Formats: sequence, structure tokens, C-alpha cells
Amino acid sequence: MLTTKQKPLEQILGYLDKEKNIFLLGCKGCAEGCHTGGEKEVLDIKQKLEGAGKTVTGISLIDFMCNEGLVRATLHAHESKIIASDSLLALCCGVGVQATSFVVDKMVHPGCNTVSMGGRHAEWREGERCMECGDCVLEYTGGICPVARCSKYLMNGPCGGSTKGKCEVSQDIPCAWQLIIDRLTKLGRLDKMQTIVAPKDWSVSLTAGAATKR
Amino acid sequence: MKSKSNLEKVFESGKWAVTGEIGPPASADPEVVRKKAKILKGYVDAANVTDGQTAVVRLSSWAACLIAKEIGIDPICQMTCRDRNRIALQMDILGIAALGLNNMLCLTGDHQTFGNHPKAKGVYDIDSIQLIQMVKTMRDEKKFQCGDPMTVEPRLFIGAAENPFADPLEYRTPRLAKKAAAGADFIQTQIIYNVEKFAKWMEAIRDAGLDKKIKILAGVAPIKSIGAARYMQNKVPGMDVPEKIIAQLKAVPKEQVAKEGIKQCIDIINQIKGIKGVAGIHLMAIEWEEVVPEIVEQAGLLPRPQFS
Repeated sequence: MLTTKQKPLEQILGYLDKEKNIFLLGCKGCAEGCHTGGEKEVLDIKQKLEGAGKTVTGISLIDFMCNEGLVRATLHAHESKIIASDSLLALCCGVGVQATSFVVDKMVHPGCNTVSMGGRHAEWREGERCMECGDCVLEYTGGICPVARCSKYLMNGPCGGSTKGKCEVSQDIPCAWQLIIDRLTKLGRLDKMQTIVAPKDWSVSLTAGAATKR
Repeated sequence: MKSKSNLEKVFESGKWAVTGEIGPPASADPEVVRKKAKILKGYVDAANVTDGQTAVVRLSSWAACLIAKEIGIDPICQMTCRDRNRIALQMDILGIAALGLNNMLCLTGDHQTFGNHPKAKGVYDIDSIQLIQMVKTMRDEKKFQCGDPMTVEPRLFIGAAENPFADPLEYRTPRLAKKAAAGADFIQTQIIYNVEKFAKWMEAIRDAGLDKKIKILAGVAPIKSIGAARYMQNKVPGMDVPEKIIAQLKAVPKEQVAKEGIKQCIDIINQIKGIKGVAGIHLMAIEWEEVVPEIVEQAGLLPRPQFS
């Protein structure tokens, strides 16, 4: 179980600042269990977005958003609605946001913070995608996680060691910031890189902060 | 003036600046630092003192800075995010300012897997841009990162590094802009052997108006041997050593390679002088400090300005 908490509405609305048409995603796996991204919560956020003047172009509830293949197959049926949207808002863990970013060429805004893994492996098992840092930054990084994938956890990367798309640490590791820049370039959203991302709040992270209680 | 930095005074005077580099030893021997500082004195306006470069344990930067300062160098204390979290960084920032040091260079740091303790846990609580912003907030707003106020601020001249040759190339100008916006006063670049590529980068920097916001010191270093050149070409991430540089070294007899390397370095400095927007050079003669006086003199950069 990947434990999530919904981000504050003000933060989500800040992400959607320049956007009007939003496609909503919920996850019937862990997020439904956490009451952060099941049907009830998705309908609730739909109402709140509409109250803030947004248009919700469509909703999709996916059994496990960490399953990249399932996300791809499910969203295929919604293709025209997604194309007509400015962006997607995903109420799920960081793995789900990244699986969606992997298959959709639109900004996928994280609606939740992933705060703990709670003992269950994600379905997308190829490499590390989410470190449960509790302070999700995928908003700034085009849906690719620098905490899980940059060797120096840079928030304002890349460092001077990025060469031909590879990390200075190993030729086997893609430079996360090259991937981020490539994706933001493709989306025409390199402006995201101008923000000086503030020091992270590590106190909410499972690995660097709160201890497991029992 | 933001600080008592000699380097800042040189920039203010409008003269081309020269900075050098001192690598502390992997031992508790202060003589190594004294010896290097004595060689550089009078030939550089300030000198970087490295902070565990290549992630190898060495005498700490702030301590070596103090030794170099006693000799008469204006040290630039390098500080990396690899080994310290925001608490330790801020304590060291207060410490170096209290010791009378005037300059600090903000770096993320070479990754721990490159050094002699590859099993170490890297810290990386914050990154170099966040560090720049933190020092600036401490200096100009008298506030810690958490927002708490302080009575006496660290009056440090803030430096950062940039690599014009790292990928993705198209993002190198916006990244420098980000460092300038975060509060860096000056930049030292990666060592330049590909002057043409550096000139193109500077053109983009000027187009963005960044040379007016931040002082740019071009990194240069003499090559001692063909082996060293090949190592930099193939093994150092983000280094650009064109084949023609190596061909020039190969064209001379083996015993004259080092001399040719010095000549190349002076030649590169002279080419850089012609590039608009460059505020000076950062001369890195690592473990070869004794050639610094010759290079600075022959590049026509003497005497260094003196201020009362």
C-alpha cells in the first residue's frame, strides 16, 4: 500500500493557474483505500475545481495507476477528451503520476503527496520511481521524479556532470534532469525550470523523517 | 560593497580579475597549504580553497583558508552540499565569516562514489542554487533559512560554478540565469580548452544580459602531460578537450610537453581577453602551482591591483 495524502486545494489550484480544461484521474488501488483518490474524492475535487471556474473535461478511475500498461489501455478510450484538455490532475501516488506522464504528452499535476510505502510494492517494477518523500515535486519536473532518479536529489538541476544524457555517476543511469528538460521541452513548458525550487521539507519523508509508529 | 573581499574590490575597480586555486592536503600538514599560498601571493586576487575535491577526505576548506589568509591570500572558501545538511552549512557560513573570511563558493559537490569513501551516504539536503539563496538571505536579510533573525550577518562575497560544456547545452544559459537570480555575485567556469564553444556560450550569456548581472571568470588550466589531457578528455564528466589541443602537445618532444602546455594556457587566456563580457580568469594549476607566476606574468596580467 502506497499511502497518500491529498495536497491542499490552494496548492492544486496554483498548479492549474494558467489552465482551464482539466481531465481528472483517480486510482481504485491504494488511493481509494486512503480516501485520497477514489470515486468519492474525485467527484469532490471535480466540484471544487468547477467552483473555481475550471471545466472538468472527463474523469477516469483506474484500478491501479501504478500499472503503466493498464493506464495506457484505460486512457486510450479517453483520447479525444484528453487531447482537448490543458492538463491532467491525478489523485494517486507518485508512481501513478509518473506512469501517466509516461503515456500522455500533457502536464500531469500531482494531486497527492506520497507519504509512506506501507509495505506493498508498486506494480511498475522497472526501477525506482518514488521515494515517498512526502513533499511531491513532480509539478516542477514534468512528471519525472528527481528525488528518486537524480544521484544528488537536485531540485534545481542538472549539475555540471550531465553528459550525453547520462549521469556522471554511471553510464547506466540516465540523467534525470536531461529527461526532465526533454519532457518539458516537448510540452513547451520549460518555463517550469525558471522557478527556484525552495529547499525541500524532508521532515515529512519516510526515509529522512517520521519513524514507523508500530 | 557587499563584503571586505579583495576580489569584489577588483571587480569594482573595473579591472580584469585573476583567481587561483589551492588544494588542501589529505593530511594534517599545514605546510602544504602555506607553500601553495606563498607561490600564489601577489599573482592572484583571491584563491579558491577546495572542499574535499573529488570526494576525497582532505584538510577542511575553512581551516586551510585560515592558513592561507595568514600568508596574505584572500581565500574563497568552497562549500559543498554533499557532506552537510542545511544546519551544518549555516553553522559553517557563520563560522567562516566570524574567522574573517570574505568569499564563499557554493557547490553541489562531486558525487561521493568518485572519492575514497564510495560507501558514504551523500547528504544533498539542498542543492547549490538553494545554497546561494541561503547565503544571500543570511547576508542581505539577516535571516536563517528557517526565517529566524540573526544579529550579525555573514558578509560574504558569493560565488558559484558553471560548466558551459555540460549537457543539455541549451539549458546552460537559463541555469546561469537561475544562479544569478538566486544571488551569486560571481561565477567561475569549468576549464576551457574549446574557446570557440565558450565564445558561443558567452554570446548567449550577453544576449540574456547576464554578464551585466554577474561577474564571469573563465576557468583555465595548463596541461602537464598528454596522459593528463587524455584523462580529462575521456574520464572527467563535462570536460571538452578538442583533439587539436592534444595534437599540439604531441607535436613537441616529450620533455617540452609541459612547456607547451603553459604556452597553450597563455594563448587561451589571450583569446579569452577578446571575448566581451568576461570579467577575468580562474587559473587552476592543480598540484602545479609553481607555474602560476609565469602564466600570469606572460599573459600580461601583472601587477595585480593593490587596495589600501
